[in-house]
Amino acid sequence: MSPRLTEIWVYLAASPLLWLTLTLIAYQAAVAVYQRAGQHPLATPMPLAVAVLAVVLWLSGTPYEHYFEGAKFVHFLLGPATVALAIPLYGEWSRLKRMVGPLMIALIIGSSTAVALAVSLASWLGASHATVMSMVPKSVTTPIAMAIAEKIGGLPTLAAVMVLMTGVIGAVCGPLVLRVFKITDPTAQGFAMGLAAHGIGTARAFQSHPTAGAFSALAMGMNALFTATAVPLLVQVWA
Amino acid sequence: MIAAFTWLLLFQLAGEITAQVLGLPLPGPVLGMAFLFCALVWRGSVPLALDHASGMILRNLALLFIPAGVGVMVHIARLRDEWLAIAVSLVVSTLGAIILTAWVLDRLLRAKAKRDAA
Repeated sequence: MSPRLTEIWVYLAASPLLWLTLTLIAYQAAVAVYQRAGQHPLATPMPLAVAVLAVVLWLSGTPYEHYFEGAKFVHFLLGPATVALAIPLYGEWSRLKRMVGPLMIALIIGSSTAVALAVSLASWLGASHATVMSMVPKSVTTPIAMAIAEKIGGLPTLAAVMVLMTGVIGAVCGPLVLRVFKITDPTAQGFAMGLAAHGIGTARAFQSHPTAGAFSALAMGMNALFTATAVPLLVQVWA
Repeated sequence: MIAAFTWLLLFQLAGEITAQVLGLPLPGPVLGMAFLFCALVWRGSVPLALDHASGMILRNLALLFIPAGVGVMVHIARLRDEWLAIAVSLVVSTLGAIILTAWVLDRLLRAKAKRDAA
Protein backbone atom coordinates (compact mmCIF):
# COMPACT_ATOMS: atom_id res chain seq x y z
CA MET A 1 0.00 0.00 0.00
CA SER A 2 1.16 3.56 -0.68
CA PRO A 3 1.82 5.69 2.42
CA ARG A 4 -1.37 7.69 1.74
CA LEU A 5 -3.52 4.54 1.55
CA THR A 6 -1.92 3.17 4.71
CA GLU A 7 -2.79 6.41 6.45
CA ILE A 8 -6.43 6.15 5.39
CA TRP A 9 -6.56 2.50 6.50
CA VAL A 10 -5.10 3.29 9.91
CA TYR A 11 -7.66 6.04 10.37
CA LEU A 12 -10.62 3.92 9.24
CA ALA A 13 -9.61 0.77 11.12
CA ALA A 14 -9.51 2.80 14.33
CA SER A 15 -13.02 4.25 13.93
CA PRO A 16 -16.19 2.33 14.82
CA LEU A 17 -17.71 3.39 11.47
CA LEU A 18 -15.78 0.86 9.36
CA TRP A 19 -16.65 -2.22 11.43
CA LEU A 20 -20.28 -1.21 11.90
CA THR A 21 -20.65 -0.69 8.14
CA LEU A 22 -18.90 -3.98 7.32
CA THR A 23 -21.20 -5.83 9.75
CA LEU A 24 -24.28 -4.49 7.95
CA ILE A 25 -22.79 -5.24 4.51
CA ALA A 26 -21.81 -8.79 5.50
CA TYR A 27 -25.34 -9.43 6.82
CA GLN A 28 -27.05 -8.16 3.68
CA ALA A 29 -24.67 -10.06 1.42
CA ALA A 30 -25.35 -13.24 3.43
CA VAL A 31 -29.12 -12.67 3.16
CA ALA A 32 -28.75 -12.23 -0.62
CA VAL A 33 -26.84 -15.54 -0.81
CA TYR A 34 -29.56 -17.19 1.29
CA GLN A 35 -32.29 -15.92 -1.09
CA ARG A 36 -30.26 -16.98 -4.13
CA ALA A 37 -29.88 -20.46 -2.61
CA GLY A 38 -33.67 -20.79 -2.42
CA GLN A 39 -33.63 -20.21 1.39
CA HIS A 40 -31.81 -23.50 1.94
CA PRO A 41 -31.08 -24.03 5.68
CA LEU A 42 -27.40 -24.69 4.93
CA ALA A 43 -27.15 -21.10 3.64
CA THR A 44 -28.48 -19.59 6.93
CA PRO A 45 -27.24 -15.94 6.90
CA MET A 46 -25.86 -15.55 10.46
CA PRO A 47 -22.99 -18.09 10.40
CA LEU A 48 -22.08 -17.08 6.84
CA ALA A 49 -21.77 -13.40 7.78
CA VAL A 50 -19.80 -14.33 10.93
CA ALA A 51 -17.35 -16.43 8.91
CA VAL A 52 -16.78 -13.64 6.36
CA LEU A 53 -16.19 -11.05 9.10
CA ALA A 54 -13.87 -13.37 11.07
CA VAL A 55 -11.76 -13.91 7.95
CA VAL A 56 -11.62 -10.14 7.28
CA LEU A 57 -10.51 -9.49 10.88
CA TRP A 58 -7.94 -12.27 10.72
CA LEU A 59 -6.48 -11.10 7.37
CA SER A 60 -6.30 -7.49 8.53
CA GLY A 61 -4.88 -8.44 11.93
CA THR A 62 -7.70 -6.64 13.73
CA PRO A 63 -8.34 -7.76 17.33
CA TYR A 64 -11.93 -8.69 18.21
CA GLU A 65 -12.21 -5.95 20.87
CA HIS A 66 -11.46 -3.45 18.15
CA TYR A 67 -14.13 -4.82 15.85
CA PHE A 68 -16.64 -4.83 18.71
CA GLU A 69 -16.14 -1.07 19.23
CA GLY A 70 -18.09 -0.62 15.98
CA ALA A 71 -20.31 -3.70 16.11
CA LYS A 72 -21.56 -2.97 19.64
CA PHE A 73 -24.17 -0.62 18.22
CA VAL A 74 -25.81 -3.60 16.52
CA HIS A 75 -25.20 -5.83 19.55
CA PHE A 76 -27.02 -3.36 21.80
CA LEU A 77 -30.26 -3.84 19.84
CA LEU A 78 -30.51 -7.44 21.16
CA GLY A 79 -32.07 -6.06 24.35
CA PRO A 80 -34.99 -4.16 22.80
CA ALA A 81 -35.39 -7.01 20.24
CA THR A 82 -35.87 -9.49 23.10
CA VAL A 83 -38.53 -7.21 24.61
CA ALA A 84 -40.22 -6.96 21.18
CA LEU A 85 -40.69 -10.76 21.18
CA ALA A 86 -43.68 -10.11 23.47
CA ILE A 87 -45.65 -8.82 20.47
CA PRO A 88 -45.79 -11.97 18.29
CA LEU A 89 -46.27 -13.92 21.52
CA TYR A 90 -49.33 -11.83 22.36
CA GLY A 91 -50.66 -12.60 18.86
CA GLU A 92 -50.81 -16.30 19.88
CA TRP A 93 -52.26 -15.60 23.35
CA SER A 94 -55.74 -17.04 22.66
CA ARG A 95 -54.22 -20.37 21.51
CA LEU A 96 -51.42 -20.33 24.02
CA LYS A 97 -53.51 -20.19 27.17
CA ARG A 98 -55.33 -23.39 26.18
CA MET A 99 -52.12 -25.43 25.85
CA VAL A 100 -50.11 -24.63 28.97
CA GLY A 101 -50.00 -28.32 30.06
CA PRO A 102 -48.52 -29.76 26.82
CA LEU A 103 -46.03 -26.88 26.64
CA MET A 104 -44.79 -27.51 30.21
CA ILE A 105 -44.34 -31.23 29.56
CA ALA A 106 -42.47 -30.61 26.30
CA LEU A 107 -40.29 -28.02 28.09
CA ILE A 108 -39.23 -30.34 30.91
CA ILE A 109 -38.53 -33.31 28.62
CA GLY A 110 -36.73 -31.27 25.95
CA SER A 111 -34.65 -29.17 28.32
CA SER A 112 -33.44 -32.15 30.39
CA THR A 113 -32.61 -34.08 27.21
CA ALA A 114 -30.45 -31.24 25.88
CA VAL A 115 -28.45 -30.98 29.12
CA ALA A 116 -28.17 -34.74 29.82
CA LEU A 117 -27.05 -35.63 26.27
CA ALA A 118 -24.48 -32.82 26.10
CA VAL A 119 -22.94 -33.55 29.51
CA SER A 120 -22.79 -37.34 29.16
CA LEU A 121 -21.41 -37.29 25.59
CA ALA A 122 -18.82 -34.60 26.32
CA SER A 123 -17.48 -36.37 29.44
CA TRP A 124 -17.48 -39.72 27.64
CA LEU A 125 -15.45 -38.22 24.76
CA GLY A 126 -12.92 -36.85 27.25
CA ALA A 127 -13.70 -33.14 27.33
CA SER A 128 -12.19 -31.21 30.25
CA HIS A 129 -14.31 -30.44 33.32
CA ALA A 130 -14.42 -26.72 32.47
CA THR A 131 -15.65 -27.49 28.96
CA VAL A 132 -18.37 -29.85 30.21
CA MET A 133 -19.61 -27.36 32.80
CA SER A 134 -19.60 -24.56 30.20
CA MET A 135 -21.75 -26.78 28.00
CA VAL A 136 -24.52 -27.34 30.57
CA PRO A 137 -26.44 -24.09 29.87
CA LYS A 138 -25.79 -24.12 26.09
CA SER A 139 -29.47 -24.08 25.09
CA VAL A 140 -30.40 -20.88 26.94
CA THR A 141 -29.93 -17.29 25.90
CA THR A 142 -26.35 -15.96 26.34
CA PRO A 143 -26.58 -13.72 29.45
CA ILE A 144 -28.31 -16.47 31.48
CA ALA A 145 -25.95 -19.14 30.18
CA MET A 146 -22.93 -17.12 31.28
CA ALA A 147 -24.38 -16.61 34.76
CA ILE A 148 -25.23 -20.32 35.16
CA ALA A 149 -21.80 -21.48 33.92
CA GLU A 150 -20.09 -19.24 36.44
CA LYS A 151 -22.22 -20.64 39.27
CA ILE A 152 -21.44 -24.30 38.49
CA GLY A 153 -17.72 -24.08 37.72
CA GLY A 154 -17.64 -23.42 33.98
CA LEU A 155 -16.11 -20.49 32.10
CA PRO A 156 -18.61 -17.74 31.22
CA THR A 157 -16.95 -16.72 27.92
CA LEU A 158 -16.62 -20.35 26.84
CA ALA A 159 -20.29 -20.85 27.72
CA ALA A 160 -21.15 -17.92 25.40
CA VAL A 161 -19.29 -19.69 22.59
CA MET A 162 -21.16 -22.95 23.30
CA VAL A 163 -24.46 -21.05 23.23
CA LEU A 164 -23.62 -19.50 19.86
CA MET A 165 -22.51 -22.77 18.29
CA THR A 166 -25.62 -24.50 19.64
CA GLY A 167 -27.78 -21.76 18.11
CA VAL A 168 -26.11 -22.10 14.72
CA ILE A 169 -26.38 -25.93 14.77
CA GLY A 170 -30.08 -25.65 15.67
CA ALA A 171 -30.79 -22.94 13.07
CA VAL A 172 -28.96 -24.72 10.26
CA CYS A 173 -29.81 -28.39 10.95
CA GLY A 174 -33.04 -28.05 12.99
CA PRO A 175 -35.36 -27.42 10.02
CA LEU A 176 -33.72 -30.35 8.17
CA VAL A 177 -34.27 -32.90 10.97
CA LEU A 178 -37.81 -31.63 11.56
CA ARG A 179 -38.49 -32.29 7.88
CA VAL A 180 -36.94 -35.77 8.11
CA PHE A 181 -39.12 -36.63 11.13
CA LYS A 182 -42.16 -35.19 9.33
CA ILE A 183 -43.10 -32.68 12.04
CA THR A 184 -44.96 -29.99 10.11
CA ASP A 185 -46.96 -28.17 12.83
CA PRO A 186 -45.37 -24.68 13.11
CA THR A 187 -46.26 -24.58 16.83
CA ALA A 188 -44.25 -27.75 17.59
CA GLN A 189 -41.46 -26.75 15.19
CA GLY A 190 -41.06 -23.28 16.67
CA PHE A 191 -41.26 -24.40 20.31
CA ALA A 192 -38.54 -27.02 19.71
CA MET A 193 -36.27 -24.54 17.91
CA GLY A 194 -36.55 -21.91 20.65
CA LEU A 195 -36.09 -24.45 23.44
CA ALA A 196 -32.92 -26.02 22.02
CA ALA A 197 -31.44 -23.09 20.10
CA HIS A 198 -32.66 -19.91 21.93
CA GLY A 199 -32.57 -16.59 20.02
CA ILE A 200 -30.69 -17.84 16.98
CA GLY A 201 -33.22 -20.67 16.59
CA THR A 202 -35.98 -18.08 17.10
CA ALA A 203 -34.55 -15.86 14.35
CA ARG A 204 -34.58 -18.90 12.07
CA ALA A 205 -38.13 -19.86 13.11
CA PHE A 206 -39.42 -16.37 12.20
CA GLN A 207 -38.02 -16.87 8.70
CA SER A 208 -40.18 -19.94 8.16
CA HIS A 209 -43.52 -19.04 9.86
CA PRO A 210 -44.80 -16.27 12.19
CA THR A 211 -46.46 -18.80 14.52
CA ALA A 212 -43.22 -20.81 14.68
CA GLY A 213 -41.40 -17.58 15.60
CA ALA A 214 -43.87 -16.73 18.38
CA PHE A 215 -43.68 -20.18 19.98
CA SER A 216 -39.92 -20.20 19.59
CA ALA A 217 -39.75 -16.94 21.56
CA LEU A 218 -41.99 -18.48 24.21
CA ALA A 219 -39.84 -21.61 24.50
CA MET A 220 -36.71 -19.49 24.75
CA GLY A 221 -38.17 -17.56 27.71
CA MET A 222 -39.56 -20.67 29.42
CA ASN A 223 -36.29 -22.59 29.06
CA ALA A 224 -34.29 -19.64 30.38
CA LEU A 225 -36.49 -19.59 33.47
CA PHE A 226 -36.45 -23.38 33.90
CA THR A 227 -32.70 -23.89 33.38
CA ALA A 228 -31.74 -20.93 35.56
CA THR A 229 -33.66 -22.40 38.50
CA ALA A 230 -33.21 -26.17 37.96
CA VAL A 231 -29.54 -26.51 36.94
CA PRO A 232 -27.84 -24.85 39.95
CA LEU A 233 -30.09 -26.92 42.25
CA LEU A 234 -29.27 -30.18 40.44
CA VAL A 235 -25.53 -29.50 40.47
CA GLN A 236 -25.74 -28.83 44.23
CA VAL A 237 -27.47 -32.17 44.80
CA TRP A 238 -24.88 -34.01 42.67
CA ALA A 239 -21.78 -32.46 44.17
CA MET B 1 -41.21 4.65 15.21
CA ILE B 2 -39.23 6.60 17.84
CA ALA B 3 -42.11 6.32 20.31
CA ALA B 4 -42.34 2.56 19.78
CA PHE B 5 -38.59 2.16 20.23
CA THR B 6 -38.75 4.24 23.40
CA TRP B 7 -41.42 1.89 24.79
CA LEU B 8 -39.22 -1.14 24.08
CA LEU B 9 -36.32 0.53 25.91
CA LEU B 10 -38.56 1.49 28.83
CA PHE B 11 -39.74 -2.10 29.27
CA GLN B 12 -36.15 -3.33 29.04
CA LEU B 13 -35.16 -0.77 31.67
CA ALA B 14 -38.00 -1.90 33.93
CA GLY B 15 -36.80 -5.50 33.48
CA GLU B 16 -33.18 -4.62 34.29
CA ILE B 17 -34.17 -2.68 37.41
CA THR B 18 -36.47 -5.46 38.66
CA ALA B 19 -33.79 -8.14 38.13
CA GLN B 20 -31.23 -6.02 40.01
CA VAL B 21 -33.50 -5.05 42.90
CA LEU B 22 -34.91 -8.55 43.46
CA GLY B 23 -31.60 -10.31 42.69
CA LEU B 24 -33.26 -12.57 40.09
CA PRO B 25 -31.09 -14.89 37.94
CA LEU B 26 -32.93 -13.65 34.79
CA PRO B 27 -31.59 -11.08 32.32
CA GLY B 28 -33.43 -7.74 32.17
CA PRO B 29 -34.61 -8.06 28.54
CA VAL B 30 -36.34 -11.41 29.24
CA LEU B 31 -38.19 -9.86 32.20
CA GLY B 32 -38.95 -6.84 29.99
CA MET B 33 -40.51 -9.20 27.45
CA ALA B 34 -42.70 -10.69 30.21
CA PHE B 35 -43.74 -7.19 31.38
CA LEU B 36 -44.61 -6.06 27.85
CA PHE B 37 -46.58 -9.25 27.30
CA CYS B 38 -48.62 -8.62 30.47
CA ALA B 39 -49.17 -4.99 29.42
CA LEU B 40 -50.50 -6.11 26.03
CA VAL B 41 -52.84 -8.67 27.62
CA TRP B 42 -54.09 -5.96 29.97
CA ARG B 43 -54.52 -3.43 27.10
CA GLY B 44 -56.17 -6.00 24.84
CA SER B 45 -54.43 -4.96 21.60
CA VAL B 46 -51.06 -4.04 20.10
CA PRO B 47 -50.51 -0.34 19.19
CA LEU B 48 -49.94 -0.11 15.43
CA ALA B 49 -46.59 1.69 15.68
CA LEU B 50 -45.25 -0.93 18.12
CA ASP B 51 -46.41 -3.70 15.80
CA HIS B 52 -44.53 -2.13 12.86
CA ALA B 53 -41.35 -1.45 14.82
CA SER B 54 -41.21 -4.95 16.30
CA GLY B 55 -41.88 -6.51 12.90
CA MET B 56 -38.95 -4.64 11.42
CA ILE B 57 -36.59 -5.62 14.25
CA LEU B 58 -37.64 -9.28 14.40
CA ARG B 59 -37.38 -9.81 10.64
CA ASN B 60 -33.69 -8.94 11.01
CA LEU B 61 -33.06 -10.67 14.35
CA ALA B 62 -30.21 -12.72 12.85
CA LEU B 63 -28.21 -9.52 12.20
CA LEU B 64 -28.11 -8.76 15.93
CA PHE B 65 -26.26 -12.01 16.76
CA ILE B 66 -23.40 -11.33 14.34
CA PRO B 67 -21.19 -9.15 16.65
CA ALA B 68 -21.29 -11.80 19.43
CA GLY B 69 -20.88 -14.56 16.86
CA VAL B 70 -17.62 -13.11 15.57
CA GLY B 71 -16.36 -13.51 19.17
CA VAL B 72 -15.96 -17.23 18.51
CA MET B 73 -12.60 -16.36 16.93
CA VAL B 74 -11.23 -15.49 20.39
CA HIS B 75 -11.65 -19.12 21.51
CA ILE B 76 -10.31 -20.83 18.39
CA ALA B 77 -7.33 -22.46 20.19
CA ARG B 78 -9.48 -24.06 22.90
CA LEU B 79 -12.02 -25.26 20.36
CA ARG B 80 -9.25 -26.83 18.24
CA ASP B 81 -7.96 -28.86 21.20
CA GLU B 82 -11.30 -30.38 22.15
CA TRP B 83 -13.13 -30.10 18.85
CA LEU B 84 -14.35 -33.70 18.58
CA ALA B 85 -15.97 -33.90 22.02
CA ILE B 86 -17.49 -30.42 21.61
CA ALA B 87 -18.79 -30.96 18.08
CA VAL B 88 -20.32 -34.39 18.73
CA SER B 89 -22.01 -33.45 22.00
CA LEU B 90 -23.35 -30.11 20.72
CA VAL B 91 -24.74 -31.55 17.48
CA VAL B 92 -26.28 -34.68 19.04
CA SER B 93 -27.75 -32.92 22.10
CA THR B 94 -29.15 -29.97 20.12
CA LEU B 95 -30.74 -32.01 17.36
CA GLY B 96 -31.89 -34.67 19.86
CA ALA B 97 -33.61 -32.01 21.95
CA ILE B 98 -35.25 -30.44 18.87
CA ILE B 99 -36.64 -33.76 17.61
CA LEU B 100 -37.84 -34.96 21.02
CA THR B 101 -39.43 -31.62 22.00
CA ALA B 102 -41.20 -31.22 18.65
CA TRP B 103 -42.36 -34.85 18.65
CA VAL B 104 -43.71 -34.73 22.25
CA LEU B 105 -45.51 -31.42 21.70
CA ASP B 106 -46.90 -32.54 18.34
CA ARG B 107 -48.32 -35.72 19.95
CA LEU B 108 -49.77 -33.90 22.97
CA LEU B 109 -51.42 -31.21 20.82
CA ARG B 110 -52.95 -33.83 18.52
CA ALA B 111 -54.30 -35.81 21.46
CA LYS B 112 -55.72 -32.60 22.92
CA ALA B 113 -57.36 -31.60 19.62
CA LYS B 114 -58.96 -35.05 19.44
CA ARG B 115 -60.24 -34.75 23.04
CA ASP B 116 -61.59 -31.24 22.41
CA ALA B 117 -63.37 -32.42 19.27
CA ALA B 118 -64.96 -35.39 21.05
